[in-house]
Amino acid sequence: MQGPLPAGAGVPLAGRGIFAHDHAAMREWADYTLGPSENGGGATLALHGPLRVHSLGNIDTRLAAVDADVARLDLSAVTDIDTTGAWLVRRFAEERGAEIVGASEQARRLLRAIGKVAETDAEPEPRPNLIVRTLAEVGDLMINWGRGFLNSLSFLGTLIVTFGAIVRHPSRFRWTATVHHMQYVGINSLWIVGLMSFLIGIVIAQQGAVQLQQFGAEIYTINLTGRLAMRELGILMTAIMVAGRSGSAFAAQIGTMKLTEEVDAMRTIGVSPMETLVVPRVVASMLMLPLLGFYSAVIAIVGGAFISNFALDIPFFTFLQRTQEVVPLTDVWVGVVKAPVFALVVALAGCYQGMQVKSNAEEVGLRTTQAVVTAIFTVIVLDAFFAVFFTEIGWS
Amino acid sequence: MSASEDFPIVVEGLTNAFGSYVVHENLSLKVRRGEILGVVGGSGTGKSVLMRSIIGLQRPVTGEITVLGHAMAEAQGWGEIDIRSRWGVLFQGGALFSTLTVGENVEVPLKQFNPEIPDALRQEIARFKVQLSGLPEEAAFKYPSELSGGMRKRAGLARALALDPELLFLDEPTAGLDPIAAAAFDKLTRELKETLGLTVFLITHDLDTLYEICDRVAVLADRQVIAVGTIPELLALDHPWIQEYFNGPRGRAARETKDRQLTREGAMDKPDKAGA
Repeated sequence: MQGPLPAGAGVPLAGRGIFAHDHAAMREWADYTLGPSENGGGATLALHGPLRVHSLGNIDTRLAAVDADVARLDLSAVTDIDTTGAWLVRRFAEERGAEIVGASEQARRLLRAIGKVAETDAEPEPRPNLIVRTLAEVGDLMINWGRGFLNSLSFLGTLIVTFGAIVRHPSRFRWTATVHHMQYVGINSLWIVGLMSFLIGIVIAQQGAVQLQQFGAEIYTINLTGRLAMRELGILMTAIMVAGRSGSAFAAQIGTMKLTEEVDAMRTIGVSPMETLVVPRVVASMLMLPLLGFYSAVIAIVGGAFISNFALDIPFFTFLQRTQEVVPLTDVWVGVVKAPVFALVVALAGCYQGMQVKSNAEEVGLRTTQAVVTAIFTVIVLDAFFAVFFTEIGWS
Repeated sequence: MSASEDFPIVVEGLTNAFGSYVVHENLSLKVRRGEILGVVGGSGTGKSVLMRSIIGLQRPVTGEITVLGHAMAEAQGWGEIDIRSRWGVLFQGGALFSTLTVGENVEVPLKQFNPEIPDALRQEIARFKVQLSGLPEEAAFKYPSELSGGMRKRAGLARALALDPELLFLDEPTAGLDPIAAAAFDKLTRELKETLGLTVFLITHDLDTLYEICDRVAVLADRQVIAVGTIPELLALDHPWIQEYFNGPRGRAARETKDRQLTREGAMDKPDKAGA
C-alpha cells in the first residue's frame, strides 16, 4: 500500500460528526491497493470495498496523489458501485490511460450508461479581479440607483394617469379591495399603533418633565407633549409603523403575485394590475394614515397625561384641558396635511418594489426590505422638509 | 428475502382527510422492487396526496406506510435521515431552490448526506449528474429562472438522482413537455431504472408514458386503489372509469402507437429484445 494517507476503514474524515450514530461505525469506505509494476509496464491498481457515493470518503484525493504509472484498474474486489463510483472510475482510467479490468456486470452496465454522457468540461466564467469587480459593482450600483429613481418616477406617473382614468370611469374603482386594505392598514393596526403612541407619550412627558423641573417649568411638559405629538411624532411614528407593517406586506404580496405570474395573467385578461393592485392600496393608505396619525397623537397625549398624573402631580383631566389651550389648531393641520403624503410614499414604495420582482424567492425578501427602507428614509427626509416649510409659513 | 426487500413501499389501510373531506379511505398499495409503477386517477383523486403521505409530507389519519422497511409514522431522527438518502423525489414543478444554481441544487443532497466529500469533487459530481439527466453541462451554472420548464424538470431529476437512490418518486414528470422531450424523458427514466435498478413511483396523466415505460399501473378512484396490474390486465376489468380512460380516443391512440412500435421492433431485432 503506497497511499500517501493512512488508508483503511478508519480514515478520519472531516464532517463525520453528524453521522455519529450507530450506522456510521459500520460504514465501510472505498479503498485501493497499488500492485507492483509488471516487467517494466505499468502497475495494477486494485479498488476494493463499496464504490458508492456514501462510501467514497477521500478516495478521490488519494487516487489523484498516486504517482505511479497505472496501466490497469482492477475492479474485481469492488463490492458495490453506483453512478458516482462508475464516473470516478472512468475519469481515473481516462486520465491515466489505464485499462479497466475485472468489472462486474453491474459495473459494466453503469460504465456503459455513463459512457454516453459526453464530457464537455464547461467551466463557469472566470471572475475578474477584485479592483475591477469593485469598480464594476460601484458603477452598477450607481446606474441601478439612477434607473430605480427614474423608474419610480415613471411608476408615480402611471399611477396618476390611472387615477385620471378612474376619475373618468368611476365604475372601474375597486371598492371591495380598497375597503379590505383600509381594514388591513387602519383598523388592524389600531392596537399596535395605540400601544406604541401611549408609551412614547409617557417617555416624552416623563423625560421632558425631568429637564423642565430644573427651571421650575414642569407645567410646560403639557406644551411639549401636546405639540410634539400633534405636529411631529404622532404622524412620523405611525408612518414608520405602517411602512414596516403594510408597506412590506404590499411588496411581498405583489412580488409573490409576480412570481406566480398572476400579474401577467391579469394583463392578458385585460385587467390592469395598476387599477386592481396598486390604486386600492394607495387610496386605502392615503385615507387611513391621517386618521391613524391623529389617533396616535391623541393616545400619546393620553399617555403623557397618565404619567403626569403620577410623576408631576398634574391631574389627568387638568392635563387634557390644558392641552386644548396650549396646542393651536394649526398643529393638528400640520400633522393631518403630512399624513397623505407619507401614505403615498409608503404605499408607492411597497407597490413599486413588489412590481420589480422578477426571478426568485430571494428577490421578494430583498424587495420587501428595500420597500421599507426607502419608505422610512423618504418619510424622514420629507418630514424635515415639512418642518421647515410649516415654520416658514407661520404655522409655528 | 424479507418483505421489505420485495416491496420497498407498502401502504396499508391508509386514510387521508382534509377536515371533513376524505381523500383516501382504507387504501392499500404495494410497490414491487425494481418496477416502474404508474399511478393514474382523475383530477382530485389524491395521487399527489398519496405520494406526499408515502414520503412523509402528509400525516395520514390512520394507516401504516412502510418505506424500505421503515414505518413512516415512527420514522424520526436518524432513522428518518437514513431513508431520505435512499430516495429521490421530483415534484411537479421541479421545486428547484430558486436562489441556487442547478449545480448547487444537485449538491444540496450530496452535502447533506455526505459532508466528507471535498468541495471540488462534489461540484464535479453535480455537473456529471446534470449531464446524466440530459442537460448540457453549462446548465449547471444557470439559475432555475433561466431554464425552460422541460429543463427545470430535468434539473429536478438530476437533484433527485444525486445520491443514486433506490426509490424514485416522479410527480407528473412529462406534464407540460413537448412530445419529443416527453419521449426523451420516458426513455431516460427507463434507462435509469434498468441500469440503476431503481424502483419508480410515477404519477402521470400521460398515456404514452404508461404504455411506454410502466411495468404496472395502479388506478386511484373512489378513495382507493381500485386496481393494480399491467395495462392488458386492467383492460380486462369492467370498471367504467378504467374503460373510459384506456379506451377513450387518447388511450386508443397511445395503444396503437405502442402496438406499431412492438411490431416494428419484433420484425427488426428479436434477439435484442430478449437480451434486455
